[in-house]
Amino acid sequence: MAANIGTGRAVSSTFAPLRIWLLLPGWLSIGFFLLIPVLLMLVYSFLTKEFRGGVIWEPTLAAYDQFFFDRGLFGDDPRRIEWKYISIFWRSIWQAGGATLLCLIIGFPTAFFIATRPDRTKVIWLLLVTVPYWVNLLIRTVSMKFLIRDNGPMNDFLQYIGLINEPLQLINTNIAVQIGLFYSYLPFMVLPIFAAVERYNFTLSEAASDLYADKWTILRRIVIPVVSPGIFAGCILVFVPSLGAFLAPDLLGGAKSFMIGSLIEEQFKGNIGNWPFGAASSMILLSLVLVALFFYARAQSQGERA
Amino acid sequence: MNRGVDLRRYFGFFPMTLLCLFILYAPLIIVTVYSLNDSRSITSWEGISLRWYAEIFTGPESEKFRKAAWNSLTIAVMAATTATIIATAAAIGMIRGGSFRGKSASFALISLPIMVPEIVTAVATLIFFSAIGFKLGTLSILVAHIVFCIPFAYMPINARLQGIDASYEEAAHDLYASRWQIFWHVMMPIMSPGIISGFLLAFIISLDDFIITNFVKGAGVETLPTAIFGSVKQGIKPNIMALSTLLLLLSILLVTASYFVGQRREKPVPTNQKPETEA
Repeated sequence: MAANIGTGRAVSSTFAPLRIWLLLPGWLSIGFFLLIPVLLMLVYSFLTKEFRGGVIWEPTLAAYDQFFFDRGLFGDDPRRIEWKYISIFWRSIWQAGGATLLCLIIGFPTAFFIATRPDRTKVIWLLLVTVPYWVNLLIRTVSMKFLIRDNGPMNDFLQYIGLINEPLQLINTNIAVQIGLFYSYLPFMVLPIFAAVERYNFTLSEAASDLYADKWTILRRIVIPVVSPGIFAGCILVFVPSLGAFLAPDLLGGAKSFMIGSLIEEQFKGNIGNWPFGAASSMILLSLVLVALFFYARAQSQGERA
Repeated sequence: MNRGVDLRRYFGFFPMTLLCLFILYAPLIIVTVYSLNDSRSITSWEGISLRWYAEIFTGPESEKFRKAAWNSLTIAVMAATTATIIATAAAIGMIRGGSFRGKSASFALISLPIMVPEIVTAVATLIFFSAIGFKLGTLSILVAHIVFCIPFAYMPINARLQGIDASYEEAAHDLYASRWQIFWHVMMPIMSPGIISGFLLAFIISLDDFIITNFVKGAGVETLPTAIFGSVKQGIKPNIMALSTLLLLLSILLVTASYFVGQRREKPVPTNQKPETEA
């Protein structure tokens, strides 16, 4: 044992035999209060709805049937595809995708700029980007609503400088939701790209420059491919929470910008709810997230091989 | 060599950074400024006053806010404490446990609350509580908060412990210290910056949560975010902006505190070599 002292070993014989007991509280709390609940939710999505909320323990595919198919008012017409819920999911996907793209456009230059600062100023820039992330999301969304509402400060300012004559009516539109999502998750894009650029070895850029590549070619052909794991991580960190977002669409959007989060929430509120349908919608959302994570994991492993 | 071209600078990246910070801070600054507005209406400006801050503590809604603040703070303290204890134990088990079967599964389980979308966690937890007949209220909020706080407490503790050489424990062990003494007198002092950051992050995460709390809170129980949400649904009022500003300042205070504790982490622990990664 003594020979190993100071060689940076992480394993200690002191605590290794206890590892089961040390990990047990974590396994039990997350296993019992999250893993089992998610599995139970899967079961609930195949049960019959109770009218005052809750379920009747009779297996049925009704929830998924309601999601994907329209059987007319009395439920006996031949099956047609029901577009109502699919279009809500589709809107969520492109809203989340749009927010991800916006975050990338603003977040990449920011992350690159911060990562190339000297160490002393770098931490200050980084703290400035991190602080808003830790401010309550509800408060940030409400602040955004206050700022962009019809007779809010942004419209006042734009009218004052004469850029517009009529106030922009953003609230209750898809654009407002897009702005809200972008604003909510922007720091998520900056941080992983920052970490990747910070590890980037600039002698690669210098080598390319010596071979007469211009700066933007270097950025496109060398920097971006090398830091792409960070870019993918940022995209996943923005896309996944945007997909299931509730606050931004609920506070900034209207009936026409309904997203998955609001659809699910509605199923568990009061008497109009439908628990199996809510559970089924949650399962479909979870599957979409798993697909996104799968593509992410695949892109990451390809990045490692390259 | 590079013909005087600075490859670390790109035209337009600095303005983009300023734009990014402007976007991040503009709404927060605007709300802070307008919370000081004397006017009853949120559109017109009538001079500086602290009346809406006074209104939070003395106005007709003050009782509701006081109760909500009390619930939020007690739940956040208890959830963060419990999550930090669980996360500390788990981090020691993961990092000092060597390689064992199910290690990556354990890691996946600990990160599960971050991977699953919040709304899905909320639905699953509500279904679970109703299925086992767990009464919705303060206790159900607390249990849900403990679970999703664990990974946030775990990350900084894990990062800290990875940087600590196990030889300290070995040395203490050779000198006949008991496990408890090793933990308490050797590991805790070195791990404390990670544990404090982990606690503070878990605390903020618990204090901020809206979606999960909204699902599992039951009727009549409110935390600050659910109370604010309920109020904002009927329109943004000046007292809500004042309350938001106070919460905003609290968050900024906590993050800055966590940051400075984290700075202590940057000081290298006296060790010959830091293990880069834990396989």
